[in-house]
Amino acid sequence: MSSVNPGALPDGADAPRARNEWPLWEIFIRGQHGMSHRHVGSLHAPDAKTAIQNARDVYTRRNEGVSIWVVEASRITASAPSDKGPMFEPSESKIYRHPTFFDIPDDVGAM
Amino acid sequence: MYAQMVKSEATQDDPEKLAAFEARIAADEKIEPKDWMPVGYRKTLIRQIGQHAHSEIVGQLPEGNWITRAPTLERKAILLAKVQDEAGHGLYLYCAAETLGVSRDELTEMLLDGRMKYSSIFNYPTLTWADMGAVGWLVDGAAIMNQVPLQRTSYGPYSRAMIRICKEESFHQRQGYDIMMKMANGTPAQKRMAQDALNRFWYPSLMMFGPSDKDSVHSAQSMAWKIKMNTNDELRQKFVDQTVPQAEYLGLTVPDENLKWNDEKGGYDFSEPDWSEFFEVIKGNGPCNTERLAARNKAWDDGAWVREGMLAHARKKAARAVAAE
Ligand SMILES: [Fe+2]
Ligand SMILES: [Fe+2]
Ligand SMILES: [Fe+2]
Repeated sequence: MSSVNPGALPDGADAPRARNEWPLWEIFIRGQHGMSHRHVGSLHAPDAKTAIQNARDVYTRRNEGVSIWVVEASRITASAPSDKGPMFEPSESKIYRHPTFFDIPDDVGAM
Repeated sequence: MYAQMVKSEATQDDPEKLAAFEARIAADEKIEPKDWMPVGYRKTLIRQIGQHAHSEIVGQLPEGNWITRAPTLERKAILLAKVQDEAGHGLYLYCAAETLGVSRDELTEMLLDGRMKYSSIFNYPTLTWADMGAVGWLVDGAAIMNQVPLQRTSYGPYSRAMIRICKEESFHQRQGYDIMMKMANGTPAQKRMAQDALNRFWYPSLMMFGPSDKDSVHSAQSMAWKIKMNTNDELRQKFVDQTVPQAEYLGLTVPDENLKWNDEKGGYDFSEPDWSEFFEVIKGNGPCNTERLAARNKAWDDGAWVREGMLAHARKKAARAVAAE
């Protein structure tokens, strides 16, 4: 599985026994203040509709959200930690992408 | 604590990877699910987070016991919300444990057949309404002592679960103390009930932090890995120092003749709990161990047809949707 969860097992470790367990869903919630949906955790549910109902009870008992997304954990493809170098290094060297790279004289005013 | 005497695993890993891992921990980096980690770190965490989760779940029983008998509709609603929070805490923690490669049902089965433990505190009975006050005040109070520093633990999903939990715990403790204030300022009979609840829950609460440091064999490795942030005795001392003035405010007496302020150390001297009782409870011989495990097993068995039925229904609907495409 490519899931962010059971897939966390190191390669070659015993795969979790196949069992008749409700699938795992990852839960994303949009908070009150016009923010993007944010990952808050996961839960088990037989289907998407129940996952949303359960997410309401588990993750929004105190007005934490105005919208919920659920996605089956096994559907998520994640980048591998071992790719961290090749994946993100190219952006590290391009310091001219940041405004502070350019020296603008104070006389120019706000910019 | 909610996780007591968690055995930490010795580990035999690639020394180079281990050194890099330890450097990350030292630099206060968070370890995330797919990162390399020592086998012992993973196993110890599964045990600790699992035990913590089980404690939240079993911990619903002594309080659930009073929901139908709460004295007012408001108290009933508050207690229901508190107990529901504890269910949520269990679920946050199971989901953190699952990122380590164990499934929730596996964890549940290990609880139900006794291979995994939960906190000793939940093997004590809740005999009167005042016990709801004492549990919120002392038991959740002790839990907070332990959980606040764990927000900084090295394992990302565990740390995030702790942050969510800590946001909710303060309500738990305050509703408990609120009950204690009402009882302590009530009729003489109510005040006696409050004192009796404190008498019965004081030492079991002190036991929550686990055995004394000198007998705590697994602490060093777990502290080096930052999955345990303070020693048992440090937290117990902090708890006593915070709680004694709260008892005084209530006009109640902490049941310890040796309790005395020590100017030199800037904290109270106090009596250790009876550790032989603690080890008996851990072994399964506390007043309610059998009852608690029986209740969890019954709930699991009685719910089997619901779990199976809902899964069968979901699969049938999914198959129909595919066929209709
Ligand atoms: Fe809790
Ligand atoms: Fe609790
Ligand atoms: Fe709590």
